[in-house]
Amino acid sequence: MSQFFEMGGYAAFVWPAYAVTLAAIVLNIVWARRALARSREEARRRLAVRGEGP
Amino acid sequence: MTWTWFHRLGSPPYVYALAARLTPWFAWPAALLIIGGLWGGLVLAPPDYQQGDGFRIIYVHAPSAWMSLMVYTTMAVAAAVGLIWRIKVAHAVAASCAPIGASFTFAALVTGALWGEPMWGTYWEWDPRLTSELILLFLYLGYMGLRAGLEDTQRSDRASAVLAVVGVVNVPIIHYSVTWWNSLHQAPSVMRLAKPTMAASMLVPLLMMLLGFTLFFGAVLLVRLRGEVLSRERSASWIREIVNV
Repeated sequence: MSQFFEMGGYAAFVWPAYAVTLAAIVLNIVWARRALARSREEARRRLAVRGEGP
Repeated sequence: MTWTWFHRLGSPPYVYALAARLTPWFAWPAALLIIGGLWGGLVLAPPDYQQGDGFRIIYVHAPSAWMSLMVYTTMAVAAAVGLIWRIKVAHAVAASCAPIGASFTFAALVTGALWGEPMWGTYWEWDPRLTSELILLFLYLGYMGLRAGLEDTQRSDRASAVLAVVGVVNVPIIHYSVTWWNSLHQAPSVMRLAKPTMAASMLVPLLMMLLGFTLFFGAVLLVRLRGEVLSRERSASWIREIVNV
């Protein structure tokens, strides 16, 4: 198992590369969901101002 | 042959509902392909005869670099459609692409640097491939900055679309940089007309990652697109049903 994490001596390069890419994936999910939630909240506020909202 | 499907794609409520319905069909296959590709790339594939285990960076570097180009091309095509036919949904697609492309361009540059240091002896070189990829990051950031700087959505759509379309000339430059100029970077080993130059045990996980990342882009794009479509609609009554849910 520890042999796996050593990556044949390239651990200092392989794992940070995987970490950065994984971070890009996770952040894309978080940011996209947040952007959608923000748009919905803004739309709700717009409707409320016009007296049509919930 | 009717064109109704094409016209419906210009209709915000239809696009919003379609995007919501399609998202899981992209997200779940993407998750399975990426997990499978990681397993294949990190565990099953044998070490490279020259680069040892260092070559495994390819499984995150190549898909990130592929995303950086594919997302930009999608963005430029959507921007052009928006400019030519004045379709709001097309501008919404283009605007949704930029943050996704920028993040993977950044990942491509960082993973490339982490691969370059042990194999070439340097994290960075002002090499044609590396420099043109850095310019791609600046194009994404410029596009996002331009959009953020313009208050009026219609104006920011049109201005940013022009930038996206003009910037697309960088895409073939990046792709062919390794053949046009002397480059530290290797030539393509998968994205080429002749047979790929990798063994199947190494190639299959890479293809899974490439397809997985592409589907992941689709899923994130669809979520972002809903937000963009929503923010472009001022008064339409269909919005009420959505925000009430």
